[in-house]
Amino acid sequence: MSTPNGPLIEIQDVEKIYRRGAEEIHVLSGLNLTVARGEFLALMGPSGSGKSTLLNLLGGLDRPDRGTVTVEGKRIDQLSDRQLAAWRARHVGLVFQFYNLLPAMTAERNVELPLLLTDLSRRERRQHVATALAIVGLAHRTRHYPGQLSGGEQQRVGIARAIVTDPTLLLCDEPTGDLDRKSGDEILGLLQALNREQGKTILMVTHDPHASARASRTVHLDKGQLSADPPA
Amino acid sequence: MKYLYLVWCGLKRKKLRTLLTLFSIVVAFFLFGLLGAIRQALAGGVSMAGADRLVARHKVSIIQMLPISYEPRIAALPGVTAVVAQTWFGGVYQDPKNFFPSIPVEPAEFLAMFPDFVLPAAQRQAWLATRTGAIVGRTTAERFGWKLGDRIPLRSPIWRHEDGSDAWEFDLVGIYDGAKKGTDTSQFFFRYDYFDEGRAPDRRGEVSWFTLRVNNPALADQLAATVDREFANSPYETKTEPEGAFAQGFAQQVGDVGAIMTGILSAVFFTILLVVGNTIAQGVRERTAELGVLKALGVSNGRVLGLVLGESCLLAALGGGAGLGGAWLVTLGGSPVPSLLPIFYLPTADLLAGLALIAALGLLTGLLPALQAGRLGVAEALRHHT
Ligand SMILES: Nc1ncnc2c1ncn2[C@@H]1O[C@H](COP(=O)(O)OP(=O)(O)OP(=O)(O)O)[C@@H](O)[C@H]1O
Ligand SMILES: [Mg+2]
Repeated sequence: MSTPNGPLIEIQDVEKIYRRGAEEIHVLSGLNLTVARGEFLALMGPSGSGKSTLLNLLGGLDRPDRGTVTVEGKRIDQLSDRQLAAWRARHVGLVFQFYNLLPAMTAERNVELPLLLTDLSRRERRQHVATALAIVGLAHRTRHYPGQLSGGEQQRVGIARAIVTDPTLLLCDEPTGDLDRKSGDEILGLLQALNREQGKTILMVTHDPHASARASRTVHLDKGQLSADPPA
Repeated sequence: MKYLYLVWCGLKRKKLRTLLTLFSIVVAFFLFGLLGAIRQALAGGVSMAGADRLVARHKVSIIQMLPISYEPRIAALPGVTAVVAQTWFGGVYQDPKNFFPSIPVEPAEFLAMFPDFVLPAAQRQAWLATRTGAIVGRTTAERFGWKLGDRIPLRSPIWRHEDGSDAWEFDLVGIYDGAKKGTDTSQFFFRYDYFDEGRAPDRRGEVSWFTLRVNNPALADQLAATVDREFANSPYETKTEPEGAFAQGFAQQVGDVGAIMTGILSAVFFTILLVVGNTIAQGVRERTAELGVLKALGVSNGRVLGLVLGESCLLAALGGGAGLGGAWLVTLGGSPVPSLLPIFYLPTADLLAGLALIAALGLLTGLLPALQAGRLGVAEALRHHT
């Protein structure tokens, strides 16, 4: 068990196998990773190397076939579906490549979603939502539907939704993958600010060296293993 | 409550499809309500029947007459506490389409026999004092705008005066209401003594049926047999049965409409089940990624299942409520065809059955898609999009 000063995330000897009929795909094999509190880690690697798979294991969206995933001293690889759902709600903020906002809801309703699982009153929820939207610079777009927002703005809403519960950990899967350079830069700046000013621990999957340059550390995933340095 | 908005958003995701589905549910439940009222109207006489009343008529058919002299003989049988003679007059007001039952009766005995008809005491006195007097139910009085003191001319295709005329005149001295919601208030009653003296002498003393009250409803069947035995081997043999069966015989002349309607409704609801089920299932399929996001945010499998079930139930409740409510409003306005179906309202039992149907529709159509949505793996569902 880790102390508050120990690593926030500890992945040990993790293996993940997908089965397609008789075929077995070993995506992660004996993978180890340690992330300290307050880090901004970029995760790179070729397409299909298992970056999203690894992020899913960290975020409690999936379980490894072998090995342990420990977050804040808690083994999350052994939790039931129900326990995992509750754990996710409290500890993880997720940011997706395609934003994944609910199209039938306004920006503020989308951001409010994770708060519905808490005991907060309607008023308190509204306050948290307003704060989160202000942090991402969208205080003036609260009543807009996702379809009325630009890609960059939608991703800001996505980030607001991810941080509104003040989670321990922010997991971003190619958050700038669908954006132009300028919007992407703004999003990266936002993540960087969240990391530096609010002390959020961030894991970000990216294909873009420009993006990984903003991170405090970069790891590469290839053939089921992690390496610290970019392959030559 | 806070999840209701989520359910609502699921439905408004595809507005047109939701509206069309909703509309089909409304139509189905509106039909259900109307047919309920019609069935009630057809069976009206049956449910109105008193358990302690029997009807004795000619053994061959209701068209054959019985002699009034049977009345004291029936009254004398042990177990019979009252007897009233009634005759089918078949009166027509102005035009044959203005039909309503018209029946000569003995006023005091008749009112005592049928407490279902509520007549103010003063009007009762007036009827007892006026030989040409007649009373009519609220429905028919309002239909023709009759008021107390009006002179009502009727023509009878069955009963003529001695001079061959078929024109009869009555003085309206009373308007009665029903004691219960289902009471038939379309009938017109007038005095037997006036009727008997007015008709051709060779047909005096003929009546259509007797209603008798028994002191012990449990022995009604036995007493019916006793009555029929009393008149066996006479020129006028009788058939005696509980009032309910008598009224049912009337209703069945229109065919077993109830069964036909149940058949139609079953087909309608089977179709609705498929339509709504398809809407919900398709909605879940299209929103796989969105449901995945909800789960990723920490919404549990059970709650996602509940949300989908909530969608189908909300849809059923809105559509079913509107349909049933519409039918109820329409029946509040009274019968669209008072001559055919004098009693017309949506019975509470049908209203409750409708509510049960709404619940069943919501649960049945939502169950499979909801289970499917609940089982959906988070990572799998998210992959649908990315
Ligand atoms: N549910 C699944 N069933 C079978 N195979 C899967 C499943 N999920 C992922 N895979 C396979 O696992 C491998 C890793 O997938 P993953 O999505 O983690 O890659 P990635 O590094 O995120 O790729 P990309 O950069 O394209 O997003 C791929 O070969 C993919 O086809
Ligand atoms: Mg990926």
